[in-house]
Amino acid sequence: MSNPWRDDFPILKQRVNDERLAYLDNAATSQKPQAVIDTVTHFYEHDNANVHRGVHTLAERSTSRYEEARRKVQQFIHAQRSDEIIFTKGCTDSLNLVTSTYGNQVIHAGDEIVITIMEHHSNLIPWQQLAKQKGAKLKYIDIDENGQLKMDQAARLITDRTKIVAVTHISNVLGTVNPIQQLAAIAHQHHAVIVVDGAQAVAHLPVNVQELGADFYAFSGHKMLSPTGIGVLYGRHNLLAKMTPYQYGGEMIAEVHQQESTWAEPPFRFEAGTQNIAGAIGLGAAIDYLNQVGMDKIQHHEQEMVKDLLPRIVKMPGVTVYGPHDADKHTGVIAFNIDGIHPHDVATALDMDGVAVRAGHHCAQPLMERLGVPATVRASLAFYNDQQDIDQLLAAIQDTKEFFKHGTR
Amino acid sequence: MGLDKLRNLYQAVILDHANHPRNKHKLTNPTTTMTVHNPTCGDTINLQVQVKNNRLADIAFTGSGCSISQASASMMTEAVKGKSTQEAQQMAKTFSDMAIGKYHYQKDLKKLGDAQVLINIMQFPARIKCATISWWALERALAKEDQTGEQRSK
Repeated sequence: MSNPWRDDFPILKQRVNDERLAYLDNAATSQKPQAVIDTVTHFYEHDNANVHRGVHTLAERSTSRYEEARRKVQQFIHAQRSDEIIFTKGCTDSLNLVTSTYGNQVIHAGDEIVITIMEHHSNLIPWQQLAKQKGAKLKYIDIDENGQLKMDQAARLITDRTKIVAVTHISNVLGTVNPIQQLAAIAHQHHAVIVVDGAQAVAHLPVNVQELGADFYAFSGHKMLSPTGIGVLYGRHNLLAKMTPYQYGGEMIAEVHQQESTWAEPPFRFEAGTQNIAGAIGLGAAIDYLNQVGMDKIQHHEQEMVKDLLPRIVKMPGVTVYGPHDADKHTGVIAFNIDGIHPHDVATALDMDGVAVRAGHHCAQPLMERLGVPATVRASLAFYNDQQDIDQLLAAIQDTKEFFKHGTR
Repeated sequence: MGLDKLRNLYQAVILDHANHPRNKHKLTNPTTTMTVHNPTCGDTINLQVQVKNNRLADIAFTGSGCSISQASASMMTEAVKGKSTQEAQQMAKTFSDMAIGKYHYQKDLKKLGDAQVLINIMQFPARIKCATISWWALERALAKEDQTGEQRSK
């Protein structure tokens, strides 16, 4: 599993704690290829101006690059129209946008919102608080012993009372890919909409929002090679057209009078104030880079790494791996614990061997409670990882086990 | 190997406290109970103190967390047991100053007993909270004790 892409990421060339850096915290944020860094630098050195409101040359340049980025996103996720792409500051912002506009408009007392037990807090708390405010009911689809959604239960929970189904495309803990098409079909049968959290998916497999049947699809740029502070909300045009604004201010208006105002058409209705222009252009560059590598190739390479890593880590004595143990059903997000060693101690120990992982509850406390653990370690892959990263991780886990075993005597 | 550096943090005395924590149980008649959480990692410390005549007659903890937080709680209870509440508060301040690298007197540091080995935590900024959580619980327990103690004496 040689890797032609690793060299495109300057940050990976450094040593950490005198060791080769094995960056395996990609589910938290991805690293940035030189092409993205250069594009953002070039923008600030040559094209920077505010968008949509200037007539001078720089304003035209930055506007056209900003809107070009929107079209790149549209094509990347196969949306029907570019005005279905709203730039936000990240996935959390996108999900809060849906909750406080569409959610606020359609949810009434007695209605039901169905989510899953594996949701990240960002696709959980907004719905929980909305349900509380409105006197609506929040229901959870559970997981089976393999960490996969109980689809028979989903079919029972989603009823005519359900107005919104909100579900993650890929779990940020279990590494499972949820059957979005199937869930969308059930939701649509009951005239509910489906909101998909794509944060862990967009950089790892080809996404086609139309084929998925997603009414809303949210994701962050920073988990897909872009700068932080840029995200996307895709929404079906007929839904966006009926939605009230998210925030008020410049750019989002049609007409403003002393006592009343009217709103711009989507997507501008939802982009109040000066947006993260450089971030959007950086996201455009990231999409170019991902397309150049090829999303199919990325998915294949990551799957090959999972096929190597998962059985080896599952086999290690004293190591518990969460989520499916079948490599075909598991993406590159691998959560685990070592018997008798707290995940934070494991993460510190791995760091001393140059291996960057995450430890904690991964912003999924209800899932941790469901799994019966306070926290886990999580190693998460990206296409720029390679065989050496995997071997380094497994060797560091072995080191950690030995250190704490001998240290206790 | 990188794990050699781990010994700076996980010294034998720390691992000993982590694996055989002292005073880890419930008190039968505490005067104050305090629970604190570390929301970033889910660690919890339930601290119980029994104050008699402004002295920490007894102290114990329960809860779960990483080896640093468990060892620190164990060493803290050993260090402050039998001390006056005022001394204990001063020790908590010394500990938090030490953990964030602020100036502290050597003689104050000595009073912390085993707990002073956690001075190396400074080199691991992400883990400072693990070491300070039990001392923070102590500070809050003593503050609460001050209030309820005053009420009791009224």
